[in-house]
Amino acid sequence: MAKMNLLQAINSALDVAMAKNDKVSVFGEDVGHFGGVFRATSGLQEKYGRARCFNTPLVEQGIIGFANGLAAQGSLPVAEIQFGDYIFPAFDQIVNETAKFRYRSGNEFNVGGLTIRTPYGGGIHGGHYHSQSPEAYFAHTPGLKIVMPRNPYQAKGLLLSAIFDPNPVIFMEPKRLYRAAVGEVPEEEYTLPLGKAEVVQEGSDVTVIGWGAQVEVIERAAELAKKDGVSVEIIDLRSILPWDVDTVAKSVMKTGRAVVSQEAPHTMAFGSEVAATIQERCFLYLESPVMRASGLDTPYPLAHEKEYFSDHLKTYEAIKRSLNY
Amino acid sequence: MAKQMAKDPQKTAVVTELQVIEGNALNIPMYQLLKEDGSVHKGAELPDIDKELALKMFDTMQFIRVLDERMIAAQRQGRISFYLSSLGEEAAAIGSAAALKFEDMIMGQYREQGSLAFRGFTIEQFMNQLFSNAKDLGKGRQMPVHYGSAELNFMTISSPLGTQIPQAAGYAFGQKQSGDKTCTLCYFGEGAASEGDFHAGMNMAAVLKVPAIFFCRNNGYAISTPAAEQFAGDGIAPRAVGYGMKAIRVDGNDIFAVYKATQEARRLAVEENEPVLIEAMSYRMAGHSTSDDPTGYRSREEEEARRVREPMIRFRNWLVKQGWITEEEADAQQKAHKDTVLAALKEAEKVDVPHVDEIITDVYAEPTEALKVQLEELKAHIRKYPDAYPNTSGGVK
Ligand SMILES: Cc1ncc(C[n+]2csc(CCOP(=O)(O)OP(=O)(O)O)c2C)c(N)n1
Ligand SMILES: [Mg+2]
Repeated sequence: MAKMNLLQAINSALDVAMAKNDKVSVFGEDVGHFGGVFRATSGLQEKYGRARCFNTPLVEQGIIGFANGLAAQGSLPVAEIQFGDYIFPAFDQIVNETAKFRYRSGNEFNVGGLTIRTPYGGGIHGGHYHSQSPEAYFAHTPGLKIVMPRNPYQAKGLLLSAIFDPNPVIFMEPKRLYRAAVGEVPEEEYTLPLGKAEVVQEGSDVTVIGWGAQVEVIERAAELAKKDGVSVEIIDLRSILPWDVDTVAKSVMKTGRAVVSQEAPHTMAFGSEVAATIQERCFLYLESPVMRASGLDTPYPLAHEKEYFSDHLKTYEAIKRSLNY
Repeated sequence: MAKQMAKDPQKTAVVTELQVIEGNALNIPMYQLLKEDGSVHKGAELPDIDKELALKMFDTMQFIRVLDERMIAAQRQGRISFYLSSLGEEAAAIGSAAALKFEDMIMGQYREQGSLAFRGFTIEQFMNQLFSNAKDLGKGRQMPVHYGSAELNFMTISSPLGTQIPQAAGYAFGQKQSGDKTCTLCYFGEGAASEGDFHAGMNMAAVLKVPAIFFCRNNGYAISTPAAEQFAGDGIAPRAVGYGMKAIRVDGNDIFAVYKATQEARRLAVEENEPVLIEAMSYRMAGHSTSDDPTGYRSREEEEARRVREPMIRFRNWLVKQGWITEEEADAQQKAHKDTVLAALKEAEKVDVPHVDEIITDVYAEPTEALKVQLEELKAHIRKYPDAYPNTSGGVK
């Protein structure tokens, strides 16, 4: 075990994967010698050489198209998109190519070796284009897996699973927590399951569901609720595609109430899917409608970041709405 | 020569000896008028610039340098969240903007504050944007340096790279249709030129014959990535030929060469509907932004070696020799800019952020009913927890 922040945990996962299998390579804008603008790939080029850790030209559609080809050839590329906000030039490659490679060829070909890493989320004074949470766009695409870790331990175990999973995975990293989240992480290889949620805190009155950086926000909201005598069960989805319906449904059938707290704009964020599924699976157990705390339905603003953000207070208020319905 | 047509295979010249064209077959030289010491190359023809215009260009250059230096310091002090300097590239921005007509549209990438200042963006306007305050034309929504002004024909900056390149082709097409004899000048970095949007925009501009000038600032780096890892060929200018577009490579640190190159490009664009790609060779003397530390990827020696080619000394020496400004006057001008910049900074810092009502405006031409409901809920929430939202709670009492 070692104390690592989230970036160090990701760096450690990449290091372990590259040491274990020489088909693993890491590339993207500025990831080579410099080690990435957040330094997630620091030291990897020195250790594994320029053929396995390198800078690409500045072209996201190229990075993912190239990675698709490399994965089809049998490699295990880990492609970095510098910010989640800049993944959209690669949208076609991801949605129409990555996600459908296996299906359209009748499994003659696949890009299952591909992992796409990208930082997401706000709270860093990033304005419109360094703050977005674009997971829902991709969650609407069968064939992709989407993973969003909340802390260093999760990040390493989930990233190692993602790299060696036989399906393409988009791995979204909460950049707000890159240096802020610190925890004990094993230095050696270990994995955490994809598609499985984790009950972070057990409780009996209401289930609050989140993923990625938002789990920390939910924990703060649960503290406030606790002062009111409310016992909150917190679920971290960890993967949003495929997602762990059973763990969520079991919890909601126990507590009878559910709240989703999410960073992305309210309309059509992944919480909409969670809420719809809960009402299908748990309708007769529900004491109140599923409540949501989300970002506003606007682009992500700079000066009004605090007001826009679905923070612990808005999450706490959603918990109260659920309880006092 | 008439505009190149798509090749008819029947009319293509035939050879029996296999020819492999080298990837660097087109080695485009760099147009330069002023030497590094500010003296004029023998036989070089300077542009037709009068004293007033020359001094305005120089003054803008001095202003931008002071602004950049001051705002980097302000970021270090925690007064603004981010800044991005144009140190070393002022001539490329200012020389090109000076060669345009005011009615021409400028679309920037983010390192062209010199063009905007030349157009008349005031120090107060710069500061209000940098502090994301209520007086910012962009309503405090974007990160610092994402300026824009409809009045000054300067399109608001967008962070996603390269997106303005095909937009420039479209905007210029509209200008051509309107018959108003204007053009669009589009700036972008040599890194951004790798984006798919570059290809899309260049090809469309050439095929649709639009009055656009594509102005690439080749400053050697895209954050940490050196040009040598960005492209394998002879840079950006030769690509134009592949699109059937005209190209100029110019010394971006020579303000006169930039001016003349842009002037000719503008003539071709507006008079002949020939888009032109200009590649201005320069060097990013500062870090990429305040979030960057270049010591992680380049040496002090390299930076020092490039410093001698920087654009301001060259221009200043020429002006002094010409007798249009004295060293003392130039220094006094710089000092005056320092005072104005600091005073404007202190003013802008005092201005509140925009009222919270602005959070839902401009998403659509009119806020939707759903957005109005979200705003009311937000305001009720702020009233309940005023201390948690100190920037806006005063406005929702
Ligand atoms: C689509 C997209 N991808 C990545 C980025 C992140 N990014 C911002 S600036 C930059 C480098 C740009 O280099 P260049 O175009 O050469 O311009 P310069 O900074 O040198 O002026 C990168 C990679 C971005 N803003 N947009
Ligand atoms: Mg550059």
